[in-house]
Amino acid sequence: MPPRMLPEPTPETRHFWDGCSKGELRLQRCTDCDGEAYFPPRPFCPKCGSRKVEVFKASGKGVLWSYVINHRPRPDMGTEPYAIAVVKLDEGPKMMTNIVGCPQTPEALPLDMAVKVKFEKQSDDISLPFFEPAGA
Amino acid sequence: MKRKSVAVVGAAETTKMGKIPDQSVIGLHADAALNAMADAGLKPSDIDGVATAGISPVELAHYLGITPTYADGTSVGGCSFMLHVRHAAAAINEGLAKTILITHGESGRSRVGAGGFGRSASSLMGQFEMPYGVTSPPTMFTIPVLRYLKTYGLTEEDLAWVAVIQREWAAKNPRASFKDPITVDDVLNSPMIAWPFRMLMCCLVTDGGGALILTSADRAKDFAAKPVYILGTGESVETPMVSQMEDFTSSKAFRVSGKKAFEEAGIQHSDVDHLMIYDAFAHLPLYGLEDLGFCKPGEAAAFIRGRNTAPPSNGKPGGKLPLNTNGGGLSYMHSGMYGMYALQESVRQMRGTAPAQVPGAKISIAHGVGGMFAASGTIVFSNEAP
Repeated sequence: MPPRMLPEPTPETRHFWDGCSKGELRLQRCTDCDGEAYFPPRPFCPKCGSRKVEVFKASGKGVLWSYVINHRPRPDMGTEPYAIAVVKLDEGPKMMTNIVGCPQTPEALPLDMAVKVKFEKQSDDISLPFFEPAGA
Repeated sequence: MKRKSVAVVGAAETTKMGKIPDQSVIGLHADAALNAMADAGLKPSDIDGVATAGISPVELAHYLGITPTYADGTSVGGCSFMLHVRHAAAAINEGLAKTILITHGESGRSRVGAGGFGRSASSLMGQFEMPYGVTSPPTMFTIPVLRYLKTYGLTEEDLAWVAVIQREWAAKNPRASFKDPITVDDVLNSPMIAWPFRMLMCCLVTDGGGALILTSADRAKDFAAKPVYILGTGESVETPMVSQMEDFTSSKAFRVSGKKAFEEAGIQHSDVDHLMIYDAFAHLPLYGLEDLGFCKPGEAAAFIRGRNTAPPSNGKPGGKLPLNTNGGGLSYMHSGMYGMYALQESVRQMRGTAPAQVPGAKISIAHGVGGMFAASGTIVFSNEAP
């Protein structure tokens, strides 16, 4: 199996990936307007354009928002079908992820199921934020 | 734009369609361009503006021997050609060029002279989507759909109906890739691609191309073919990442583009005789019908099931809003950037030359999507002279 496709952080996203390596899901929020959390990372507020933003540690909790179960796996993802999911975080933003710790079936993956983040180390530099059923 | 100030005077697809292993990407562009020029009675030296996506407009102009005063390389995915039409209309009105050629060619199936579709690992998609195993559009474009189905209490069967009814239109089109009738069961029993999407809910992968030639309405009457006037246009973009779509049950780009086109055209929904909605997958006509305002949120599936978009069948008249009358990306063809074929079918319907002609159609809309709900373009056509 070829090595898994991994992200290459940029200066603007480095804090996010460093957070993942340290077991923290980091989001950003504006300190000039409404303070609403946003994702993916960028050094300014996507609502008002202010550069006065801060990084904060998110709860790592959310719900399963939508997904597909890919029956034609990418070579670096193994041979079994897997869910490509979007989780809606308690703080508001949505993020793509994989759901781990449960069967990759429609029955095991009801929408709005509570999930929590689980980091899995992929390399010295990268840990990926996956999510698992909150009851697990 | 000023209504009916610009018209399509040349329109054609590639000579062959489907599997074309003996033509490269640039060759398909040129074949479609030469066919459109023949349709309009023009030579390359008559063209002074070019627009294309997939390849550079520089490559296109040089290959065809055109020296343009206008070049548009807007590339936002499959609806790029809708945006090219919109920009060309503005450019003609502003005097940037008189006669603009828009081309598409793609060796989607045979991959002759085709470029890659890769994303760098440091792009936002590369960092925040690719690591989770997305592959091609079937695993990305489809991600919002479970949320849409749950919100409106719909099922996979509702997706299947879209494919079934479009196949009815394809049956009337000799150039359609798939013409045999299919049932809901056929769709639901076809191979699983990415749950809940089965193979027959996904578009074809073919080779082909198409080209359009636009000029000012006052010159349009000198051409052989019936001019097809541009009544209104719209465009918008939302996000390169499907996971970051604001609302998984509705496309913001669709809503913004559609609203602008309707406003420019000064028409009501009841004025529309024929509609094309880019259908890379079976959910797109549902989102399109709702986001363009033809149906209320959540009601498009029942609208399609109720045969409002279907062709005449078994002596019963066709629906009030004929949709994707070429068979669509699900059954006609889909080379990768299908928007050009939606435009071509709208032009044929307005000329009165479509294989499944809608009798007396006067206004047609071609609505396109780019990327995975990333972009949108909408063109309203009319065949009535200003």
